[in-house]
Amino acid sequence: MGMAFSFILVVILILIVALGVLVPGLQYFFAVVVPYAALLTFLAGMVMRVLKWARAPVPFRIPTTTGQQRSLPWIKASALDNPSTTAGVIGRMALEILLFRSLFRNTRLELHQGSRLAYHWEKWLWLGALLFHWSMLLVVLRHLRFFTEPVPGFVTLLADLDGFFRFGLQGLYISGVTFLVAVTYLFLRRVLIPQLRYISLPADYIPLFLLLGIGSTGILMRYFYRVDVTAVKELTMGLVTLQPVVPDGLGMLFFIHLFLVSVLAAYFPFSKLVHMGGIFLSPTRNLPNDSRARRHINPWNYPVPVHTYEEYEEEFRDKMKLAGLPVEKEG
Amino acid sequence: MRDSRYIITGLIVFVVLLTFPLWSNAGKAASPPQPNLDTPAIQNLEQKQCVEATEYMRADHMQLLEDWRNQVVREGKRIYVAANGKEYEMSLENSCFECHSSKTQFCDQCHNYLDVEPDCWTCHLEPKEP
Ligand code: HEC
Ligand code: HEC
Ligand code: HEC
Ligand code: HEM
Repeated sequence: MGMAFSFILVVILILIVALGVLVPGLQYFFAVVVPYAALLTFLAGMVMRVLKWARAPVPFRIPTTTGQQRSLPWIKASALDNPSTTAGVIGRMALEILLFRSLFRNTRLELHQGSRLAYHWEKWLWLGALLFHWSMLLVVLRHLRFFTEPVPGFVTLLADLDGFFRFGLQGLYISGVTFLVAVTYLFLRRVLIPQLRYISLPADYIPLFLLLGIGSTGILMRYFYRVDVTAVKELTMGLVTLQPVVPDGLGMLFFIHLFLVSVLAAYFPFSKLVHMGGIFLSPTRNLPNDSRARRHINPWNYPVPVHTYEEYEEEFRDKMKLAGLPVEKEG
Repeated sequence: MRDSRYIITGLIVFVVLLTFPLWSNAGKAASPPQPNLDTPAIQNLEQKQCVEATEYMRADHMQLLEDWRNQVVREGKRIYVAANGKEYEMSLENSCFECHSSKTQFCDQCHNYLDVEPDCWTCHLEPKEP
């Protein structure tokens, strides 16, 4: 159900832009208004989400102990998995953000011969996720050639390395291909593993279909049904210099590509994709485990009215004595 | 708000990085490339027309050049019949540069704009700039 719904939704989006740009005058809407609105929504949405998280109280450390905590000098501590210093935390965060360390620990649980439980190595999700995220980063960085003039040297360098192989006379960008392959894998995984399919919702399928649409229109318009890339850059440079013009000859595939990217960007802060910002604010990852070494005083402690035993005895001493109860102070 | 120092700094870095194209181009005027069509060979044309339609040339000239290369190198054919019936020699140096006689003022105009560097000139001769 979720899958059919999400698929139809993305098809409708493609139809909207495909039919929309045929209407005279609407090209400006899809090429200028929608991208600007999407960028604003993306930035404002991300900032708002992060500020909302930042307001959540984190009164103490939440150690997730995947390694030995630092304690006595002769017990070997795990400096990265259970860090007690800021440097250790930076190391753990870097491993998490750049190499998805917690996904690497993924295991699969299965019953064997009736009732024997076994944990399996499960590295495919980690591999697929790593391939996808790094490819996407490379693709997005290479796209900077549309948004800068002159193009910075590192973008040229990336494009040269990435485009080492040839497709006809053009460079074949490996990251563009691995991007599509990885998204396809992440999608098939959801569809083919029954347990995973059972827990998948439209919120899981919609980003995947959007990314599949973006990747395939990108590859189609670079290698098969080419668009006038010079006109595309005229548009994008107009957008970034805030003097938007819509040049003639922008292809249909480009409009679809751009619209799907805009939808993705606008949807990003409100979807599960905000984990891009969320990863930085995970309390179980970004706090050193020094709960025992340092005293953490709840910063929003306020004075609580208490009734101590001394005050209690003061109040009821006579009655206690009458009842024969022991008291600490006589009279 | 806890750790607001780090979070706000992080957010500012995020927004600044993402808007890099906006502020790095601020105040500049976007000037589209102007491939120069004013060459003697083109002046002498009765009909100012490229090998194929202009829209096709702008988007697909790499495809055309690849077809030409494959035709010449693999099939041994050297004559191309365009959609409008005109015949051209399938040659990078003798056809394209016959009319577009300046590489720097034509091809490079667009290619620098888009940061593409075809590697043809490691083997093929660049035309002498007039
Ligand atoms: C017979 C002369 C001639 C030959 C040969 C020729 N061109 Fe052209 N080309 C032209 C003319 C004239 C125009 C301008 C057409 C117009 O203004 O509509 C043009 C336009 C173009 C454009 C579009 C430029 C723009 O600013 O929109 C490209 C790209 C191009 N040619 C590439 C090539 C390539 C690559 C070759 C070799 C395969 C080639 N041309 C061969 C005459 C020629
Ligand atoms: C109207 C602008 C324009 C003109 C004029 C032009 N090109 Fe290009 N050319 C491009 C663009 C844009 C690309 C890259 C498209 C892409 O990145 O997908 C390109 C790519 C190429 C490629 C493929 C290389 C690659 O890495 O993608 C070749 C070969 C090529 N051009 C040859 C020529 C030659 C030869 C001329 C001059 C006769 C010429 N072009 C004139 C815009 C132009
Ligand atoms: C490794 C060297 C080399 C490179 C690089 C190269 N070529 Fe060639 N090319 C050749 C050779 C050799 C021929 C055969 C020449 C002949 O038989 O006339 C040829 C022939 C051609 C031909 C047909 C014949 C002619 O006279 O032009 C075209 C068109 C062509 N190449 C286009 C290109 C383009 C466009 C590029 C850049 C993307 C390119 N070539 C890069 C070596 C190269
Ligand atoms: C989420 C962001 C985006 C993703 C994941 C993405 C993905 C892709 C991919 C995979 C390709 C194939 C070629 C390659 O590997 O580079 C491509 C090509 C292309 N994309 Fe994107 N894209 C994105 C955003 C954009 C934006 C914002 C624009 C322009 C406004 C754009 C314009 C283009 C164009 C013009 C091409 C064809 C390039 C060429 O022919 O060389 N893309 N895109």
